[in-house]
Amino acid sequence: MRIELEKRAEHSQLMTVVSPLIAIGLTLVCGSILFVSMGYSPVEALYAYFVEPLTTSWSIEELLVKAGPLVLIAVGLSVCFLSNSWNIGAEGQFTMGALAGSVIPVLFYDFTGPMALPLMVLMGILGGMAWASIPAFLKVRFGTNEILTSLMLVYIAQYILDFLVRGPWRDPDGYNFPESRIFDAAHVLPKIGEGRLHIGMIFAVVAVLVVWWMLSRTLKGFEIKVMGETPRAGRFAGFSSKGVVWFGFLVSGGLAGLAGMAEVSGSIEQLTPVISPGYGFTAIIVAFLGRLNPIGILFAGLLLGLSYIGGEAAQVSLGLTDKITRVFQGMLLFFVLACDTLILYRFKFVSNANRVKEAANV
Amino acid sequence: MSDLSMIEAVLLTIITASTPLLLAAIGELVVERSGVLNLGVEGMMIVGAVMGFAATQATGSPYIGIVAAMISGVAMSVLFGFLTLNLMTNQVATGLALTILGLGLSGMVGEAFIGQPGISLQPIAIPGLSAIPFIGPLLFNQDILVYASYGLVIGVYFVLFRSRTGLIIRAVGDNHGSAHSLGYSVIKVRYLAVMFGGACSGLAGAYLSLIYTPQWVEGMTAGRGWIALALVVFASWRPARVLVGAYLFGAVSILQFHAQAAGIGLPTQFMSALPYLATIIVLIIISRSKTLAKVNTPACLGKPFVPDR
Repeated sequence: MRIELEKRAEHSQLMTVVSPLIAIGLTLVCGSILFVSMGYSPVEALYAYFVEPLTTSWSIEELLVKAGPLVLIAVGLSVCFLSNSWNIGAEGQFTMGALAGSVIPVLFYDFTGPMALPLMVLMGILGGMAWASIPAFLKVRFGTNEILTSLMLVYIAQYILDFLVRGPWRDPDGYNFPESRIFDAAHVLPKIGEGRLHIGMIFAVVAVLVVWWMLSRTLKGFEIKVMGETPRAGRFAGFSSKGVVWFGFLVSGGLAGLAGMAEVSGSIEQLTPVISPGYGFTAIIVAFLGRLNPIGILFAGLLLGLSYIGGEAAQVSLGLTDKITRVFQGMLLFFVLACDTLILYRFKFVSNANRVKEAANV
Repeated sequence: MSDLSMIEAVLLTIITASTPLLLAAIGELVVERSGVLNLGVEGMMIVGAVMGFAATQATGSPYIGIVAAMISGVAMSVLFGFLTLNLMTNQVATGLALTILGLGLSGMVGEAFIGQPGISLQPIAIPGLSAIPFIGPLLFNQDILVYASYGLVIGVYFVLFRSRTGLIIRAVGDNHGSAHSLGYSVIKVRYLAVMFGGACSGLAGAYLSLIYTPQWVEGMTAGRGWIALALVVFASWRPARVLVGAYLFGAVSILQFHAQAAGIGLPTQFMSALPYLATIIVLIIISRSKTLAKVNTPACLGKPFVPDR
């Protein structure tokens, strides 16, 4: 008796929806085992982690603050991944977007007119695009592996940020703390309601809708998918493989840059040496969990946002280490990838007797 | 200090900085020669680092730590193998998942060890040879992992290019369909290669937490797994070139410390970013020369094998 995988004639529609749910279920099961091994009651821990944060309006708001950048970055990455380009340096593009978006509030802090914020948004997008255009250019021009170059640029971006906040951009009145000046009210993204929620979440929703429309209703979206799945067929159709690489990197870099700018201007309101709890990498999980579909990504972003909030909540209420958040995220991506096999293949149970018969018939 | 002993001290630090890169890259080279792209080197390495440190603290023996690091590296790689070889998942995405999971697991396991002084692995002097002036201390008074890294380069070269086993590994990597038709088990060969890569990454991690800085620091691999991946491309999948490349990179990363000590007026952050910048530049140079990159690239690299029966 053995299990074999048999290729399905078509993608299973049912499994497309069910497989992420199975993956979440398996993650919770493994998480429970992990909690038990650490000496916690799994019911209590899972409640503290995934349910308790949803019971207060304060933490729901915080969840949306965390989900905003995740969704924004992941939507851009989905365009890139669909076209079979691997931009895994969104964290660096996020950082550069944050830096470019901070030029006005840090260096031209007197410029507080109504044009300041729109300019900051634009500069954030351009900063992310500029950083993403390096791996795109190298891939198109020299065929350099974009996975490695985009990742190396993450480290370089972080050193640039570190240099600026400890050096030229340090707050002159900040008692030598490695922080920039606190942004002027005119340089802070408008809030929604009374709390910490800012309009970055609206950017994310708009990006979801625009990219969804682009992918499903326009020729460009068709081109991206064709070039991703069968580049040879795409070239016969006259699509440019270089153009698709550029498009994917610029969209994902621009959105990651926008997310970085929104995080700094909307949440932190100044530059600090660490501005992201790994949003750029977690967004990769969000993109895959959302099946590279913008609408799916919206839900996936909320779930991964919850994993951040839950980690903090469980740390406070149970004393669990918040490092467990990244373990959950890693397990989730593993299970998502494993369960995706169900979409393309079906499991077949073959007994040895049958195998002999099959062989005899051939 | 005389000039000669100064040079010797610099060369010694270069060996220390290069060995983890060399260990991880030589393992990944075998993995890629078998046609599998495992981007999870960073994840396997950091799990190796933390498990090696933990086992050393528990038993007091860094040698048990080394074994523990290898076993945990292999365990991580089997996870990767199951997904990519049995479930035929995307190798790029699965490798990323392995890295994210490894970073998470190591952070969780390592939390208890933060700030603990570690036990450093002691060098083993080879009698007689280590007494040779200058060369002796450099080559023959090293720890077991440095010797292992040289042994691995030579061993991998002979197995890959001078043995039947190597022929099978390369056949599986270059044309898995034909290798399957000839009766070789593609999946089995790839599993073994992936596990070998996991063991090497684990060793590289152990080197970091037992020798390079004998303590546990979260995220202490600091992208070295990714640099090792770049080294394999740089070396165009040849073991001897991996050795050269790893030492070149080790030299670049050591250069920054000496430049700072010498009082070169560049900000420290620029010097720290140098290895990453160097990786990008090297990748550009390699990819510009099409023949070099194309000739040795395993033809089936990253392609899942679906047996048709």
